[in-house]
Amino acid sequence: MHFLNKVLAIVWKDVVAELRTKELFSSMFVFALLMIVIFSFSFDLRVERVAEVAPGVLWVTFAFAGTLELNRSLATEVEGARLDGLLLAPMERSTIYFGKMLGNLVFILAIEALMLPIFSAVFDLNLLQPGLLLTVVLGTIGFAAVGTLLSTMAVNTRAREVLLPVLLFPIILPVVLSAVKITAGMLDGQAWIDMAPWLRLLIGFDIIFATVCYMTFDYVVQG
Amino acid sequence: MIEIQGLTKSFGHTHALRGVDLQVAEGEFLTIVGPNGAGKTTFLRILATLLKPTRGFVRINGLNLAPADVEVRRQIGFVSHQPLVYGNLTVAENLRFYGRIYDVPELEQRVETLLSLVGLDGRAHSLARTLSRGMQQRLSVARSIIHEPSIMLLDEPYTGLDQQASRMLRGLLQTVSTHSHTVVMTTHNLEHALKPADRLVILCRGHIVFQAEASTLGLAELREAYWQHTEGDRSLGPS
Repeated sequence: MHFLNKVLAIVWKDVVAELRTKELFSSMFVFALLMIVIFSFSFDLRVERVAEVAPGVLWVTFAFAGTLELNRSLATEVEGARLDGLLLAPMERSTIYFGKMLGNLVFILAIEALMLPIFSAVFDLNLLQPGLLLTVVLGTIGFAAVGTLLSTMAVNTRAREVLLPVLLFPIILPVVLSAVKITAGMLDGQAWIDMAPWLRLLIGFDIIFATVCYMTFDYVVQG
Repeated sequence: MIEIQGLTKSFGHTHALRGVDLQVAEGEFLTIVGPNGAGKTTFLRILATLLKPTRGFVRINGLNLAPADVEVRRQIGFVSHQPLVYGNLTVAENLRFYGRIYDVPELEQRVETLLSLVGLDGRAHSLARTLSRGMQQRLSVARSIIHEPSIMLLDEPYTGLDQQASRMLRGLLQTVSTHSHTVVMTTHNLEHALKPADRLVILCRGHIVFQAEASTLGLAELREAYWQHTEGDRSLGPS
């Protein structure tokens, strides 16, 4: 109970601070919107069936916009050495990890919730299906789990904005790949059973990487 | 009580601390002075569990540092020259947040008491980033004592403060130190070092090179001892 209370305190702090400025949220929103518009115009010229490229575009947009959140989320803790304030608290370091991870998840899901209807309208597809929404949530959990750990590693380097995507994208490839495959399958009207291997990969990745990140976070923040 | 034996910390080939032995009695106010790079901040960060020692032994109130980090943190309040507060949260929200992660009971009442103690009760709903540097440092003191620690670690708390803010902070820290039993403070300023201290330590290149009871030293004697024991580091001398 104490653990959950502390995790939620960290999420609450991030949400209240962001709601007050909306700096990050508006940047992510505009960035994701621009990506959708640019992709939409590019494919209008060359691609006959947009539904074939839409899943890839969707997940690339989510991944790039999510990277903005990951970079900023940990940077606010390192600026002014605020991470020390968290590390000084009498709690396991994993509490900080889950607090930051959950905060990242909330922000990225919020942006995705705004983007899905816009994406559906621009690409003339129905993305607001329960199965697809579940895929978005599962994919975002994997992304936030790995991204939170890697952004903590990258945040103390001078080239953090560049380093994070370089570290993150190769590792989350299974998440993006399986999410794209499931999304494509759903848009094509495939049965769940056909997409089961990709779904298992996505769920397996979420569980394994959330556990590994939880176990290694202490070493990452250790001085 | 703090017991330290053979404390060593290296960062690669750089040795920040080289076998420091020290005891700080319960209720004692210990001040550590020394030139830049002497190892003062490293020393305090190890006591605060923010750094792991390379070698050596630290026991705080009977708890060994490494296995009992969480319990040790419960007994420590840490103030540095960085206020460690969130600019986009209000003063009260900052204290509420820290109160929650420190499991402070009856939090609202504690927040009110602290705001009154540090003289920020009129600014409870102001965003922390709108406060002056001195006010932010007072908020930092409130943050550090929200869980009523028995040990206060103060790392250059006067850095960046003007004369008035320094005086106000000194008064506040004196009030706080009478409530929390043991204080270890690092500073460059010999005057700030001497006034509240029971004992003074000069740290240079990772070694304790001098220590004395503060009551036996005047400012002139301390200045002389400082120059004498930090001979090679004159260019980095204190104010």
